[in-house]
Amino acid sequence: MTQLTLAKALTSGMRAAMESDPKVLIMGEDVGKLGGVFRVTDGLQKDFGEDRVIDTPLAESGILGTAVGLALRGYRPVCEIQFDGFVYPAYDQIVSQVAKMRFRSQGRLSMPIVIRIPFGGGIGAVEHHSESPEAQFAHTAGLKVVACANPADAYWMIQQAIASDDPIVFLEPKRRYWEKAEVDESATPVPLHSSRIVREGDDVTVLAYGPMVKTSLEAAIAAGEEHKSLEVVDLRSLSPLDMDPVLASVRKTGRAVVVHEAVVNLGLGAELAARISEDAFYALESPVLRVGGFDTPYPPSRIEEEYLPDLDRVLDAVDRALAY
Amino acid sequence: MSNDGSADLVQLLTPEGERRKHPDYRCDLDDAAIRDLYRDLVLTRRIDTEATALQRQGELGIWASLLGQEAAQIGSGRALRPQDHAFPTYREHGVAWCRGVDPLRLLGLFRGVDQGGWDPRETNFHLYTIVIGAQTLHATGYAMGIQRDGAVGTGDADRDAAVIAYFGDGATSQGDVNEAFIWASVLNAPVVFFCQNNQWAISEPIERQSRIPLYQRAMGFGFPGVQVDGNDVLACHAVATAALQRAREGQGPTLVEAFTYRMGAHTTSDDPTRYRLSGDLEHWKLKDPIARVKAYLSRGGGADEAFFADVEAESGSIAQRLREGCLSMPDPHVLDIFDQVYAEPTDELARQKEQLATYLAGFETGDGAVSA
Repeated sequence: MTQLTLAKALTSGMRAAMESDPKVLIMGEDVGKLGGVFRVTDGLQKDFGEDRVIDTPLAESGILGTAVGLALRGYRPVCEIQFDGFVYPAYDQIVSQVAKMRFRSQGRLSMPIVIRIPFGGGIGAVEHHSESPEAQFAHTAGLKVVACANPADAYWMIQQAIASDDPIVFLEPKRRYWEKAEVDESATPVPLHSSRIVREGDDVTVLAYGPMVKTSLEAAIAAGEEHKSLEVVDLRSLSPLDMDPVLASVRKTGRAVVVHEAVVNLGLGAELAARISEDAFYALESPVLRVGGFDTPYPPSRIEEEYLPDLDRVLDAVDRALAY
Repeated sequence: MSNDGSADLVQLLTPEGERRKHPDYRCDLDDAAIRDLYRDLVLTRRIDTEATALQRQGELGIWASLLGQEAAQIGSGRALRPQDHAFPTYREHGVAWCRGVDPLRLLGLFRGVDQGGWDPRETNFHLYTIVIGAQTLHATGYAMGIQRDGAVGTGDADRDAAVIAYFGDGATSQGDVNEAFIWASVLNAPVVFFCQNNQWAISEPIERQSRIPLYQRAMGFGFPGVQVDGNDVLACHAVATAALQRAREGQGPTLVEAFTYRMGAHTTSDDPTRYRLSGDLEHWKLKDPIARVKAYLSRGGGADEAFFADVEAESGSIAQRLREGCLSMPDPHVLDIFDQVYAEPTDELARQKEQLATYLAGFETGDGAVSA
């Protein structure tokens, strides 16, 4: 067992992946000497060399486009996009090439590419540094999308993502990078594309991922003081969704609230609400409610605390669900 | 810009079929090898015209003709070694021919039965890329892989490898192409950027893409650029051979601008009479890539009438095979699409497949979706 921050757990996971497979490459802007702007790749270039930890030119489409070529040559590129709002120059390569190559080739060609994106707000940053673009990737057939929420998952999920032969958008909750927890490197991890109950409860199911897992757990503690029992599910995998634990929980509680930072319109919450109504309709005591970002661009940071879902907004939705 | 290319244009065979000398490039091919190139040119054009005919008859949804660009593609395609890798656009039917891709496999994309019907791992010829310029980055990344495999600059002719990226004049305006130039340059990647400047990006002339000859852009990126007569198969072969060898030796990228002309429409859906003058076409007809090789071989005794008749006969049988193969190409099965999205299948796709299968089976037994 080791105490690690979420950022260091990712570093440690990538180090393990690079040690076990010489085809694993790290590429991105400032990932080498600097170790990334969040230091997630700290020390990797020193230990694995410039051929395996590549400081790329400053061009996101170039990062993903060359990763496609490296993957075709048998490599397993782990691409870092420096911030969520900078992924869009690479959007075409991700959506039109990375996601579709296997399908286009009738399964002949694999794209074992991991696209790491620090996502979400809460760090007081300027525009383009606080976005949550996950739905755009979850909406794209051929991609898989996961989000880690704690150091132990960060350590295991990044290794599982790198080992996957499918392209994976790997979302890192940047405001949780510095949070510490025990990581057991000898544990057996759960499958990558599985959701998990992180707190049991009976009255309302709260569905969250990434940075909102902690917020939801804090809301559950506060609700407990008012004798409301929340069950919190860490979705972990956004595409594919692992619905069985979600549906089992909703069948128990009869109520569900989805929490994410991304705008509510056509976000993950919409898909979860639809799936729950399709598969657990008769168990529902209330509509599935959504707590998320408003349908505006991400606001200036001085008001981001009012924009982002927080403990009180989660509890407000819980109360509305219970009032039905 | 001139209709005839710049003063630097590399030409080794004139439109009249006369050999020319060049201080930097020479053609070492003997008459037998030139006969082989002639055969490639003729068969490629025949495949192309047959595919256009198949589209006109409703057997293909669309076709992107290479008419006029045969020499650029055969010259460069025949400069490749087996271990080299090519990244095409959707018009590189001549390069596909050089890489041993069955021409019938090219039709699948245009008939709508598949989106890429050959195995790039067997042919070292990547699938056709439709998004303009995207493949230049794939080529550069593949070249970075070659570097990491230690397959560049070893001096072993069977090991050292290069990549060739095909694209057009329109693509040079794309960000991806410019990013590929930068990456290949600063990483010294073994890639040849082979631009077929056919003067037209659908309806937009080259003047809408560039104020300077395209090959001159390479200088700004830090690697050599060369303009070659794209209708001269000998020059294209010589220039591509040199550029590929340079890449294999570890000397980095080269931009080759093959100066040519799109004699047909952009695709069979296009109508070039709306935007270009027939005079241009007449001008370029005189520079036909096949006629000049035939003139050279005939005049110099490099080939006799029997040879030309043989090639003609072979082209007829290839066209017939293409036609028959196209008509008998099976449609894909809709239930198979669910299995080709992921390496590790998802429960959700399995569920959708099962639902569709049940839905479809309902029609077969007569108690399906139409029943109340």
